Amino acid sequence: MTTATEPAPIKARQRPADRVFAGASLVAGIIILLALAAVAVFLVAQSLPAFVADPKELKGEPDSFLAYVAPLVFGTIWAAFLALLMALPLSLGIALFISHYAPRRVAQGLGYIIDLLAAVPSVVFGLWGIKVLAPAVGPLYIWLTENLGWIPLFAPPASGTGKTVLTVAIVLAVMIIPIITALCREVFLQTPVLHEEAALALGATRWEMIQMAVLPFGRPGIVSAAMLGLGRALGETMVVAMVLSPAFLITFVLTSGQNSPTIAGNIALNFPEAFGVNVNALIATGLILFGITLLINSIARAIVNRRKAFSGAN
Amino acid sequence: MRLGSIAALAIVGSIVLSSCAANEEAPAGDAPESTLAGTIDGSGASSQGSAQEAWIAAFQIANPDVTITYDPAGSGAGREAFIAGGVSFAGTDSSLKDEEIAGGFAGCVADSGYIEVPVYISPIAVIFNVEGVDELNLDAATLAGIFKGTITTWDDAAIVALNKDATLPSAPITAVHRSDDSGTTKNFADYLNKVAPEVWDAAPADPFPYATGEGAQGTSGVVDAVTNGTNTIGYADASKAGDLGVAKIKVGDEFVGYTAEAAAAVVAESPFVEGRAETDLAIKLDRTTTDPSHYPLVLVSYIIACGEYEDADTAAVVKAYVGYLASEEGQAEAASAAGAAPLSADLSAKVATAIATIK
Repeated sequence: MTTATEPAPIKARQRPADRVFAGASLVAGIIILLALAAVAVFLVAQSLPAFVADPKELKGEPDSFLAYVAPLVFGTIWAAFLALLMALPLSLGIALFISHYAPRRVAQGLGYIIDLLAAVPSVVFGLWGIKVLAPAVGPLYIWLTENLGWIPLFAPPASGTGKTVLTVAIVLAVMIIPIITALCREVFLQTPVLHEEAALALGATRWEMIQMAVLPFGRPGIVSAAMLGLGRALGETMVVAMVLSPAFLITFVLTSGQNSPTIAGNIALNFPEAFGVNVNALIATGLILFGITLLINSIARAIVNRRKAFSGAN
Repeated sequence: MRLGSIAALAIVGSIVLSSCAANEEAPAGDAPESTLAGTIDGSGASSQGSAQEAWIAAFQIANPDVTITYDPAGSGAGREAFIAGGVSFAGTDSSLKDEEIAGGFAGCVADSGYIEVPVYISPIAVIFNVEGVDELNLDAATLAGIFKGTITTWDDAAIVALNKDATLPSAPITAVHRSDDSGTTKNFADYLNKVAPEVWDAAPADPFPYATGEGAQGTSGVVDAVTNGTNTIGYADASKAGDLGVAKIKVGDEFVGYTAEAAAAVVAESPFVEGRAETDLAIKLDRTTTDPSHYPLVLVSYIIACGEYEDADTAAVVKAYVGYLASEEGQAEAASAAGAAPLSADLSAKVATAIATIK
């Protein structure tokens, strides 16, 4: 804020390179906004016919568009939530091990291996899920329904192929672990050494030091990492399409052959043969997924921004 | 240095790309050089997809100046594209609807009619993987009950009654269906709906109608799930059944396993849809046949083309190509590439007559 009485601010000399670079970065910034706007416009324009169409023309002849979308939205969030539930504790453990427990050489090697996991294409994870994991966990699901069937989550009958939402969640968890781990590791490494040493000097054990210094400092970073992982899990398509055995219903059961489908998986499965208003309906579900991810990313941003000063995530 | 390598890459790339269309050289000592030239595009049923690939490759070898593309976008999308004039021919698992015919075809000469001919017959096998069971006999009502979820264990009285000699386990049935929309599902459902309407009360359509059993993606997904699962049953293109057990289905008083001949026989002896043009060979499949030399669980896929094209070159290429599909060589190609059942000689002759009217 300048007032009128002050002399005009001294302008820095602008060299051509400055202008070129400033212009180039401005263009880059505008392009990403344009791309996002183009996607949003496309989704909205293509979705409109589905919202006004007679729901009887939609697949499965639901009563309304809402009835068509509800199992998809539920399935998407349920599978991603389960994946996050499994991935987050494991990722925190790995990140803490790398940043605070492991000898430097081991930590470096482990870091590379975790990053390598992130580079595996999702179709390979899908094949692994369908060929290896599903047959392997099938007997476990049968055991679960037989012995813990009174818990609604494991209500019988069990799936005979292991292609359940739990299997999908396990594969998704493996896929998002590298993302969450890498971010958390970076955050934990930025904990001020002074805080850590102060905690240790006061007689804290290493675990107490982590509890008192590292975790509180890293909390916004952890949240932001978790949300990024959740976003990946929400949008994952190939694995869900290949592994999940879908049915149009809302169910919390983890071990059944009938699972709520996910939005991305449903689009991948049905787009190739869809025509007419069903194409619009699939794109409309894409718009809803777009909305869900936008919401989750905004929440993550808000949490991170609240403690910006301490966060290492920015 | 870097510029040089980019240029080299571009040159290599352009050679590789441009040689794609030209690399299918005519085999030496072949029939006289073809004079056909032109490009035609098709779109439609994915069931024909692998057969179309083989057909196109073989046809382009015989006619080096012809380029044909086929986009396996699905039957509905193919019919829509053909009606709008976007493609020269379409493949479809369901014959044209009356209102689609009444609406006319934008890509054809007005009021010149159209042709619709069966070119691809694929038997659907009921595959199973049950411990200690090598042979399985099922009738339509039992099969419908299994997939609808009303018959849930392998030692159900209905199954035992049909398989007196087999030792059926007292285990739950895992019925695997397609999780993606598919003509295979529609034909499977159509068979059950026609033969056992009291059990299978859903109208046949591409998506699987009931929220029971398990879904798997694509034919290979179903075969995989049945192979890797326990006490499973599923349905898939017969050519993909592999080493799995294949159930026999009840036709009349006998249990019939699928063979290419039995599949071709039911198509050959089914009547055509009534009230259609002479060049429309849409078949009203006789699912309820009682002749044990028939295998009624088949998928029939058609080609739709114009009666008359605006462009004479396009007409010539379409005529020659569709003629090739229905010919003995074309059918043999589909049999080896996609496991299709060849058209019977009689039906093949009728198809050829219809194709001969293309102008």
